[in-house]
Amino acid sequence: MPDAERTPGFATLSIHAGAKPDPTTGARVTPIYQTTSFVFDDVDHAAALFGLQTFGNIYTRIGNPTCAVLEERVAALEGGTAGLAVASGHAAQVIVMHALMTPGDELVASKKLYGGSINQFNHSYKNFGWNVVWADPDDLSSFEKAVSPKTKCIFIESIANPGGVITDIEAIAKIARKAGVPLIVDNTLATPYLCKPIEYGADIIVHSLTKFLGGHGNSIGGLIVDGGTFNWSRDKKYPMLSEPRPEYQGIILHETFGNFAFAIACRVLGLRDLGPALSPFNAFLVITGIETLPLRMQRHCDNTLVVAEWLSKRPEVAWVSYPGLPGDKYHKLAKKYSPKGAGAVFTFGLKGGYDAGVKLVSNVKLFSHLANIGDTRSLIIHPASTTHRQLSDAQKVQAGAGPDVVRLSVGLEDPDDIIADLELGLKAK
Amino acid sequence: MNHDSYPDNYIRGILNTVKTIAMVGISPKENRPSFFAFKYLLERGYHMIPVNPGQAGKSILNQAVYAKLSDIPEPVDMVDIFRASEYVLPVVEEALTLRPTPQVIWMQLTIRNDEAARLAEAAGLKVVMDRCPKIEYGRLSSEISWMGVNSRTLSSRRAQNLGTGVQRMGLGATNKKGDH
Repeated sequence: MPDAERTPGFATLSIHAGAKPDPTTGARVTPIYQTTSFVFDDVDHAAALFGLQTFGNIYTRIGNPTCAVLEERVAALEGGTAGLAVASGHAAQVIVMHALMTPGDELVASKKLYGGSINQFNHSYKNFGWNVVWADPDDLSSFEKAVSPKTKCIFIESIANPGGVITDIEAIAKIARKAGVPLIVDNTLATPYLCKPIEYGADIIVHSLTKFLGGHGNSIGGLIVDGGTFNWSRDKKYPMLSEPRPEYQGIILHETFGNFAFAIACRVLGLRDLGPALSPFNAFLVITGIETLPLRMQRHCDNTLVVAEWLSKRPEVAWVSYPGLPGDKYHKLAKKYSPKGAGAVFTFGLKGGYDAGVKLVSNVKLFSHLANIGDTRSLIIHPASTTHRQLSDAQKVQAGAGPDVVRLSVGLEDPDDIIADLELGLKAK
Repeated sequence: MNHDSYPDNYIRGILNTVKTIAMVGISPKENRPSFFAFKYLLERGYHMIPVNPGQAGKSILNQAVYAKLSDIPEPVDMVDIFRASEYVLPVVEEALTLRPTPQVIWMQLTIRNDEAARLAEAAGLKVVMDRCPKIEYGRLSSEISWMGVNSRTLSSRRAQNLGTGVQRMGLGATNKKGDH
């Protein structure tokens, strides 16, 4: 039994945090509690559970013991106070915003984000009356200018999709602190192995478990981590946390649950009423994936550096955008925020433009041509002809998906094989 | 004693040793954190005594309410204080007049009074500040893990069922030192 005073290392936590052998059967590995519901002792027990007076499981939409292990695992790895598993990264974002925003409120967001998040903020959030104000992470003053009395949060990605942008988390955290709003960081591409945004002032972390945390391309999932650092009761900005809740006989969530109140609010208000629950089976697969997180992430990064370096010397390649490369614009930020490696996702540009991009993705044999990142398998996509096809050329460039751009998510295959496959694709007629 | 952080075995030792807990400042309102903590600990086998001058003579969850600590006609192991930091010292002073003296002074979340702590420790009592016994029990029993909370514990020993009731866990320690 580890000494009570020692904090276990990252690899130990990746395997053990949140998991204990089952009390009844002794099962060592987390059981898959593939059940919708859980029995009560009696009516009083049921009332206590529904009223949040006791800890326990009621219904898998609200909580499930397999998902709970995953929640504690990721919270522990990020250094947060609590986690909440949901159906997808997109769902994690909606649940977070639902806890923070009311119609007419504003969210300040970095414009260097995954395209799916940009669409969610620009389009779907309008239905809720939540307004996004875009800021440029390369110009910190744009964040200060974007803040208004209506701002309820700031949202950034630590390592940003698709082009390997690194965001200055600490600087933006200071801006958020000054504005009195929480900083939300999507840490999907880095995972806590490479970067722990809470250490730099982030208040809330979101993940797409679908990517590197699950790591094997088999399960869609999302996770919210409460950093436990924000004072929800300082003013009246966040009534979901600081005011008596009519849904729960008037309890005040921040007062009752202290530094994990935000995660509880997301669960008992957002997840309960909006419903994007994670399947216990998906949770099990992600838990299993996380056990090898440190090994996988290091190999991903090491492989990616080799591939990026090789590409940067190819005659067919006009430019490579990977912060691990010494000349890269974000190399210095990468050394600060992600010293073990710059991640596994990056873009490069082909001199042959759009047609060369299409030819490359059509001729690789080892790389999988699909829309995902963060798999053991190496993945490739030409956004201009696929995910971003419907945009104008100008819009494509804005989104980092110009006609010549190819995005790679480098996997765990032998690097020689990865390079040989790219060479095949680049040389194809 | 460093009151900025407590080793798990210190907390576990206390929660495994005390049997009778007097909760000073408990509210009769069922939506208050003090009521939540009282009920939770009662269900886990602690003998809970409510102390609240405004409710004296009534009962909370079938436990008779006393106006003050010195009115309690039986020995108290732990005094759990749900009053703001500035009101803590008189409570601790009264606790120290009880015979037998309690073993533990516990102050709830956000409550911290170092002067009162020193007084109690000088008299040989253990002190815990800025913690909730419900949350600490939940952490160390793994019950709180069901809510996705980081229990900050790590063990390959089987979690222990409490033995009464569905979804109730015990603390799993057999010694007063709190070692697992």
